[in-house]
Amino acid sequence: MHAFIIRNVFQRLILLFIVSVLAHSVIHLAPGEPSEVDPSNPRMKPEDIARIRAAFHLDDPLYLQYAYWMRDLFTGELKSFKDSQPVLPKIWRRFLNSLPLFLCATLLVWTFAFPAGIHAAVRRGSLYDRASMFVAYALISIPGFFLSYIMIMWVVNTFGVPVIGMKTFGMEQAEPWYRIMDRLWHLVIPSLMSAVLGVAVLSRYVRSQMLEVISQDYVRTARAKGLDDDTVIYRHALRNALLPFVTMFGLLLPGLIGGSVIFEQIFAWPGLGRLGYEAILARDFPVILTINFIAAVLTLAGTLISDILYAVVDPRIRLQ
Amino acid sequence: MRDTIEQQRTPHADSVLAEEPLVPHETPWQEFVRIFLQNRLAVASCVVLVLLLIAALAGKVLTEWVVVFDPETVRLPDKFRPPLSRPNDHLVPAHDRPVLGMYLFGTDELGRDVFARMLQGSFVSLSIGFIAVGISMVIGIVLGGLSGFYGNVKLGFITVDTLIMRFTDVMLCFPTFFLILTVVALLPPSIYNIMVVIGLTSWMGTARFVRAEFLALREQDFVVAAQALGLPERRIIFRHMVPNAIAPVLVSATIGVATAILTESALSFLGFGVQPPYATWGNILAGGKGFIFDAPWLFFIPGMAIFIVVLAFNLVGEGLREALNPRLRNR
Repeated sequence: MHAFIIRNVFQRLILLFIVSVLAHSVIHLAPGEPSEVDPSNPRMKPEDIARIRAAFHLDDPLYLQYAYWMRDLFTGELKSFKDSQPVLPKIWRRFLNSLPLFLCATLLVWTFAFPAGIHAAVRRGSLYDRASMFVAYALISIPGFFLSYIMIMWVVNTFGVPVIGMKTFGMEQAEPWYRIMDRLWHLVIPSLMSAVLGVAVLSRYVRSQMLEVISQDYVRTARAKGLDDDTVIYRHALRNALLPFVTMFGLLLPGLIGGSVIFEQIFAWPGLGRLGYEAILARDFPVILTINFIAAVLTLAGTLISDILYAVVDPRIRLQ
Repeated sequence: MRDTIEQQRTPHADSVLAEEPLVPHETPWQEFVRIFLQNRLAVASCVVLVLLLIAALAGKVLTEWVVVFDPETVRLPDKFRPPLSRPNDHLVPAHDRPVLGMYLFGTDELGRDVFARMLQGSFVSLSIGFIAVGISMVIGIVLGGLSGFYGNVKLGFITVDTLIMRFTDVMLCFPTFFLILTVVALLPPSIYNIMVVIGLTSWMGTARFVRAEFLALREQDFVVAAQALGLPERRIIFRHMVPNAIAPVLVSATIGVATAILTESALSFLGFGVQPPYATWGNILAGGKGFIFDAPWLFFIPGMAIFIVVLAFNLVGEGLREALNPRLRNR
């Protein structure tokens, strides 16, 4: 087990190195530079551009720029091109904003997807099963921002509550109870919208896992023993069907960073996805690269955790 | 005497043989068609896709080669006309009026005919989907096939399989949408860049299951037999293995087209999509979001069009999966 973990961590460090080199080269080799963000500004003289390029090490060879980036990243000295703020605290603040959105969306996904999927599997071929199949595909197929706009219009017209941003401006003096309700409204709608796709995909996956397990011999044995339906499904089948989902705890990690660009943009939520989007617009290379690097770390850590969890919960799996 | 017995026996024996359960009644193709036709949603979706294909081809022909519907005519007196409204006869010159004497889907903020723009956009959106998926399938099949068939070949200290699969892992480490966004934002805006970038960032799943399929097929008797017959590797791979591995590829390609169309519309929403003068459903929708109260048709028509087409691709994919995968049939 320890040997497995050590070897895997080592392999993943190599992967991480390759990922960071690749990301660095893609960003720097693509046309478009921080010094060119505002080309029509008459006050940008060639010597200013030269000064900016020198300050950002943009004239150095690529491997040196990579070394500078790595050195600054690990000493915590890395500064944003845009406003010279340290990158890591900047990312950390935005991360704290994204966290409630992510937690709430994940909670919604798991609470809706599992009952829906299990129910569909148990009643295979019923009207419910076919209807939920169609609804799941409909939710997968609808563009996220299209649905969000319709939802915003509906919520604002029906309940008369504002849902854009993290809180309503000017509510600081209100009663605590009003402030909490305000924050909740602002949180729930974006989480619901980012959970929609997850619910649809995961419920289909739960259904197919359940069907796989229900057709196994030990479930037939349990039925043959004369156990009632609930015991067979919830004690014998469900426990085994849940095994692959344990690994999803690990795979959730990268979701902390990616995927939310669109929804944070629609709901003006000052989270990580929007930080990345703003950094891309401003050609803020250190921020883009660092977000990408953290995403890669989380992905690699996530797959490692899921491998280990899988071995812990399933005695049939032996790690070599 | 003997003749009569023969005559009596032959038809009888034939009918017995035909009723024998072991004799296949239908070719695999017939079986596939029968199961696919049972799925009414998938058949309906197929019809939708055929109509879309016709609309896309008609759109290319009628808006660019023989300009019947002109998507670029600006008619300022006629802006924000609702669907099915007639043009203003006094202010719009005769040669600028819409062909059917009315704006089928209304007009936008510049008085352009939304129907003509949707027609033009259907070809662009569909070609983004097909080309992006084409690129990702080619890369996925080549890398997955190499890794599955020549996996044991050593290149110095590393096997082909390790090399390719680690590269796949590296690509999976990038947050896909963020990567697409970064590259599209850095490159000069062009429809081809979007197709290529979506294709280059979505081949990993295909590569993985083609590899798995090839690893399983390599051990099968018919492949071993083909090798024992001394057939050239080229023939074994392309005539014997690829046709057997193609079913899941087909399914994921169908669903991939749907995903690519959605990705393009998301990019358009953020302002990085296909730039004017090209109209795609994504950028008509993104442009319409500003007029959602004044001119809801600018938002709902492209939105519903994307929704229906993506849903159709997904449902056809599901139908194909069911019809092609024998393991799922008896569920």
